[in-house]
Amino acid sequence: MKLTVWTYEGPPHVGALRVATGMKGLHYVLHAPQGDTYADLLFTMIERRGKRPPITYTTFQARDLGSDTATLFKDACLAAYERHKPEALIVGASCTAELIQDDPGGLAEALGLPIPVIALDLPSYSRKELFGTDETFYQLCRALAKPMDRTPEVSCNIIGPVGLGFRHRDDVVEVTKLLEGMGIAANAVAPMGSRPADIARLGAAHFNVLLYPEHAENAARWLEREHGQPYTKTVPIGSDATAAFVVEVAKLAGVKPAMDTDALRQPWWSASVDSTYLTGKRVFIFGDATHAMAAAKVARGEMGFEVCGLGCYNREFARPLRALAKELGVEATITDDYLEVERAIAAAAPEMVLGTQMERHIGKRLGIPCAVISSPVHVQDFPARHSPQMGIEGANVLFDTWVHPLVMGLEEHLLTMFREDFEFSDEAGPSHHGGHAPAATDAGAAALRLADGPDDISEGKTELQVVWVPAAEKELRKIPFFVRGKAKRNTEAFAIERGVSEISVETLYEAKAHYAR
Amino acid sequence: MNDQAIIGCTNTPVIKERGQHEVFCGLTGIIWLHRKMQDAFFLVVGSRTCAHLLQSAAGVMIFAEPRFGTAILEEGDLAGLKDANDELDREVGRLLERRPDIRQLFLVGSCPSEVIKLDLARAAERLSSAHAPHVRVLNYSGSGIETTFTEGEDACLAAMVPGLAKTDASNLLLVGALPDVVEDQARTLLADLGIETVQVLPGRRADQDPQVGPNTRYALLQPFLGETAAELDKRGAKRVAAPFPFGEEGTTLWLRAVAAAFGIGDATVDRVTAAPRARARKAVAAAAETLAGQSIFFMPDSQLELPLARFLTRECGMEAIEVGVPFLHSKIMADELALLPGGPRIAEGQDVDLQLDRVRADRPDITVCGLGLANPLEREGLTTKWAIELVFTPVHFYEQAGDLAALFARPLRRKAILEGTA
Repeated sequence: MKLTVWTYEGPPHVGALRVATGMKGLHYVLHAPQGDTYADLLFTMIERRGKRPPITYTTFQARDLGSDTATLFKDACLAAYERHKPEALIVGASCTAELIQDDPGGLAEALGLPIPVIALDLPSYSRKELFGTDETFYQLCRALAKPMDRTPEVSCNIIGPVGLGFRHRDDVVEVTKLLEGMGIAANAVAPMGSRPADIARLGAAHFNVLLYPEHAENAARWLEREHGQPYTKTVPIGSDATAAFVVEVAKLAGVKPAMDTDALRQPWWSASVDSTYLTGKRVFIFGDATHAMAAAKVARGEMGFEVCGLGCYNREFARPLRALAKELGVEATITDDYLEVERAIAAAAPEMVLGTQMERHIGKRLGIPCAVISSPVHVQDFPARHSPQMGIEGANVLFDTWVHPLVMGLEEHLLTMFREDFEFSDEAGPSHHGGHAPAATDAGAAALRLADGPDDISEGKTELQVVWVPAAEKELRKIPFFVRGKAKRNTEAFAIERGVSEISVETLYEAKAHYAR
Repeated sequence: MNDQAIIGCTNTPVIKERGQHEVFCGLTGIIWLHRKMQDAFFLVVGSRTCAHLLQSAAGVMIFAEPRFGTAILEEGDLAGLKDANDELDREVGRLLERRPDIRQLFLVGSCPSEVIKLDLARAAERLSSAHAPHVRVLNYSGSGIETTFTEGEDACLAAMVPGLAKTDASNLLLVGALPDVVEDQARTLLADLGIETVQVLPGRRADQDPQVGPNTRYALLQPFLGETAAELDKRGAKRVAAPFPFGEEGTTLWLRAVAAAFGIGDATVDRVTAAPRARARKAVAAAAETLAGQSIFFMPDSQLELPLARFLTRECGMEAIEVGVPFLHSKIMADELALLPGGPRIAEGQDVDLQLDRVRADRPDITVCGLGLANPLEREGLTTKWAIELVFTPVHFYEQAGDLAALFARPLRRKAILEGTA
């Protein structure tokens, strides 16, 4: 039993529904009680889909439990087949139905429907949503993908995009463009955008482009094993990774690497002098492992930020993330407990957070700007405009969205110079975000309060034995809010290291000189 | 007035359907209950699905550390119930230690906890004695196999009734969790009528919970509180039968019935309500311009469908085509059914595909439905109103009558603006 307030991932059957909703001609019959239908609103409200997701819930009630829930399931299956005439059916149980052990797979099989029926075994009490997407797509491939000849011209499958994915819609457009630039056709895009018939002919492609390992790595491995299709390991997020991706794809396709960089503005935007102020900005990064790792590389190598924290909520991908964190010299935060993430962010006192919608809220509480880089998503993560993360336009989008929450370079200097101007004060937040100033004065204090949360009281006492003399505290308040947290943390660390228990103005500036870069 | 108008929909045959229900389960009520009861914590004992439902249904995440959470059952908990109980005790202990401000803890049963027969009533007893007197631990089920959406609030309030202090004094008990501002308006009206002792279930804090006894009269504020009413009856309290206080007419009839139960005559009611009634009529009239003559179809959702259909037809001039309800409590709905002008189909339960077929055949001007159905219907060219807003927005009593009508008028007005016909 584990107490949870907010979750990064839903149950695994929601993952299966994300796969089904991205596809056409596939229907999902889920043995589930009333209430589990809430999952529909994820797609109709958050993603603004204009169609109901292709799912039938059996809606069993307490009074059915004693009698015949199995018949209820079979009836629902037949009715769904009659009404929707799908090309294939996936069937499974939600958490409650798993307990009553009706065997949806066996029951559906016994109906003798004239279409493929694929049973999903998604253990609700040990696995989560991302397992659900990955396993469902894998099972679809296993059941439907037939051995076949390769296309005469070189082609690939783009695999991984699903319903409710963070910018999947736009990533597919960008990656398709990159591939077309090298004369490589997309044999299929799956699961999102495909029909069961398209899955059946995945084997015709020469290789696979794996966009989101979280959703399709199992399938990619299986296709490599059974159909001899190699798959790409580079996720093209950022201009460096996009270039590396092009090289990798060219090698797999046996063509010359080529990329039209006319529209790639991110490297120059980053190199131009206005961006100098971005140097060394401390960012904390958290999300699904693929997006978090990609963001960390872009943050360090392409934006010139300092990564001061890195983590992911999907433990399955902890190993490569840990390795990258080590390389960056930070400790990896691997957890699906958002309170733990909040504590880690508070302790790191970053100048910006790159995270999910959960971290956006944490940032709001702590007065730290945040840009969203990963699921879980919110209605705002489905913008009307084209806004990919991948490929050339993706790199441009990353630059814009990550810089937007920050105070601009010259403004930063002005704030430092005229700190006591009553109108132009740092506490108002970035001037281009009129009206919603973060709780700036409290940012540092809130960060410290959180670091001193209930869980830390027993073990973390030593850190807080330093006190600030009033003059030093006043001086600290003159430091602009976006670096105040860092200055406070650094000064305290400096003081502790030297066994100084009282921080004076002197100590503050000694620490500043010590950490100068 | 002809016979049909007098009996309204009392004798309308009810379509009973059984199939896929596109409705939330009772856990959803936690989203408003935890804001209403400021020293209560709601601990769902369930699965990851329950936690995800609460998070998704809340729509905007309430990050001001919410007073609810889910104890997620894991494989080990399913293997042995003894272990599950130990785990629960441990999690509750941790929670109460971290939140010393919590005075009432609700253990909320879910589909999985019901199926594995985790006895939360015994757990609540055990934990109550462990944490008494500081914390009172209660339990109820919000599971989807037993409760539909607003029935969760009913189950919660019903669980509170046996623990209410006994009184022999005469008092009025208002039942239902309303926004504080609306509750205060109701209290002012009742005080003006001369009813002295007015208490509310649930109280805003544990020490404000009402007392109940044989001289208690209670009036339901919401139409979904059948179990709570039954529990109050067991304590000897007497229900004031009335339509529900939606709209000018509903509010007036509700106040009249309550006043009559306390021997207060119509003249007093008229005097006290004249000004707010006029205001309410004026505010409703503004929205009724948009609503008059428009047809409406209710998918079953919050259990508010019958009173709302009554309000929209009688006060706003709308025409109801079908009024779907999750379940029909004929006693509590008797006054509403009698007032609702004959004509609409009344449907209980749901087979969502069949009901959507009827929506498409009828092509109503506005369809009231859940969040999962609204956008798909809009894409088919039908105008919708999300039902969930009706339980999250202040809509009761005079001062909100105009807002209630406006909730229905807004989608129609918006559509007209976007189509350039406004």
